[in-house]
Amino acid sequence: MGRYVMKRLLSAVPVLMIVGIIAFALSHLSGGDPARVVAGNDATTEQVEAIREQMGLNASLPNQLWTWFVNMLHGDLGYSYILNEKVTPTILSHVFPTLSVALFGELIALAIAIPLGVLAADKHGRLADKIVLAFATLTTSLPSFLAGLLLMILFVLQLKLLPASGFVYPSDDFAGYITHLILPAVSVATLQIALISRMSRSSMIDALGSDYIRTAAAKGLPRSKQLWGHAFKNSSIPILTIVGQSFGELIAGAIVVETVFNVPGIGQLVVNSILRRDYQMIQGIMIFVALVFIIVNLITDVLYAVIDPRIRERSF
Amino acid sequence: MTEATAVTHNKPAKTRRGSNSWWNAVLSSPSTMIGGGLLLLIALACVLVPWLGNMDGYTTNTSAMLLSPSAGHPMGTDNVGRDTFTRVLLGGKASLTVGISVAAISGVIGFVVGLYAAYYPKIGYLLMRICDGLMAFPAILFAIVFIGSFGQSTRSVVLALSIVFVPMVARVVRSATMTNMNENYVQVLVNLGSGSFRILWKNIVLNVIGAWIVEVTFVFADAILVEAAMSFIGAGIPQPQASWGNMLYDSRTYIYSAWWMTVFPGVALALTVFVINMFGDGLREVFDPKRRR
Repeated sequence: MGRYVMKRLLSAVPVLMIVGIIAFALSHLSGGDPARVVAGNDATTEQVEAIREQMGLNASLPNQLWTWFVNMLHGDLGYSYILNEKVTPTILSHVFPTLSVALFGELIALAIAIPLGVLAADKHGRLADKIVLAFATLTTSLPSFLAGLLLMILFVLQLKLLPASGFVYPSDDFAGYITHLILPAVSVATLQIALISRMSRSSMIDALGSDYIRTAAAKGLPRSKQLWGHAFKNSSIPILTIVGQSFGELIAGAIVVETVFNVPGIGQLVVNSILRRDYQMIQGIMIFVALVFIIVNLITDVLYAVIDPRIRERSF
Repeated sequence: MTEATAVTHNKPAKTRRGSNSWWNAVLSSPSTMIGGGLLLLIALACVLVPWLGNMDGYTTNTSAMLLSPSAGHPMGTDNVGRDTFTRVLLGGKASLTVGISVAAISGVIGFVVGLYAAYYPKIGYLLMRICDGLMAFPAILFAIVFIGSFGQSTRSVVLALSIVFVPMVARVVRSATMTNMNENYVQVLVNLGSGSFRILWKNIVLNVIGAWIVEVTFVFADAILVEAAMSFIGAGIPQPQASWGNMLYDSRTYIYSAWWMTVFPGVALALTVFVINMFGDGLREVFDPKRRR
């Protein structure tokens, strides 16, 4: 088990390096002068020069890449010259609301999508299956921010059921925290529902066609036990994979949805940074999300081994 | 050499038969036909109607602000008195243009990358790690940073999204190509002395193109969604150009008073993406013989 985890950790290193190089290239290989971009249009030549020196842009490109990379590994994602703040602490102070929306959304998605997928597989080819597939295509086509806007019109304006916007910290008011999270979380969940229900449907169909299910049916095991006790256990790995792989999109969805519901998370930081033309901050956020994505996928890889002993064995 | 020529001579007939059976499968797949037909209809409406009707989606009119839908303005007017119906059509033209451009660029590059990554495993390993790195970034954040470096314009949006979507296409093409590499016919061609160019571009291509078309269709839909999200947070197609994302951006301040500013561009966006996804799902069934049955 320990060796398996080590192997996974090592396999993340090249990806991490590529992520760093791409992010570095994005800001340093553009036609314009990065110092000029950071300083803004009103800055004088001296100010631009000072910023260039401060950013280390006078060093050679490989040197810059190295410094930048070492900083990244130390958790330093850069400096915002507009806010005059370090990027990393600013991002971290905005993480909690975004994470709340994303995780709550993921929970809602799992609670809806897995039963739907299992139902569709059980009724493969029949009406219920077709309805689930159509529902999945519909939710893939509905971007989360649009779902948010429409939910807002429906629940806030027409039914007057839920708070329109804002965010309450759970330490202040737990009930308020939950009610403020419902709409953003449901909006974020739309795409996840589509992905997870499709994946659980197809992997359940594979599992239900296998010999051990035929045996279970032959010995008279009730259908619900065949489905949940046997088939589902074996189809949980592809479901876990899709949850890990779509994590980036989940966060991206949460970022955009936040702006609809005025949640003070990373999304708001992105939008404000766009307005302030603070691209250092946005770049930091991009790398931060990529790092979280890599970590989440490492965790799912390790979870495979926890779920399925065969994967543990194979890696030795 | 003669044998090699014989193989070449057999090819065209086989190709034609292959494409005919695909075509028949397309004709007998309702979701491909309906999805494709509706997509064509939407595209034609967005391009032709504003042009034929000589409609103006840009001139502001202070005496016609925030009018609710009526006969004169079937979808109402926005906060500066522009006709929402016209702007929905123009926005559709912008969104579809972005989607098609991204699908074409990332489709072609992804195809080449995927094909060679499968054929030359060592280059392939490197290329796939680069793809892994690119895929770690959410499309929207990557595109916003790209725009920060290269300037906010429709061209930047297209370029940024094309880069983001290359790995998705490349992965699909690579795995489809690798499946083919293990087939006997490739070994036969290698033994006959065919070069890599010939094997890849005349033989394997035909077996990979189905999976590729399906993936490119989904990239088309995804690109439209990401562009809309970018414009919605003010970092996409520059204002005042009409795009569905830009219209939804404008609508946010008036969501309590002018629901039509949100609902019409929103429904147009969701409907278009739904139709493209339906088309893609249909194509997937057409090209995947296992599912066709």
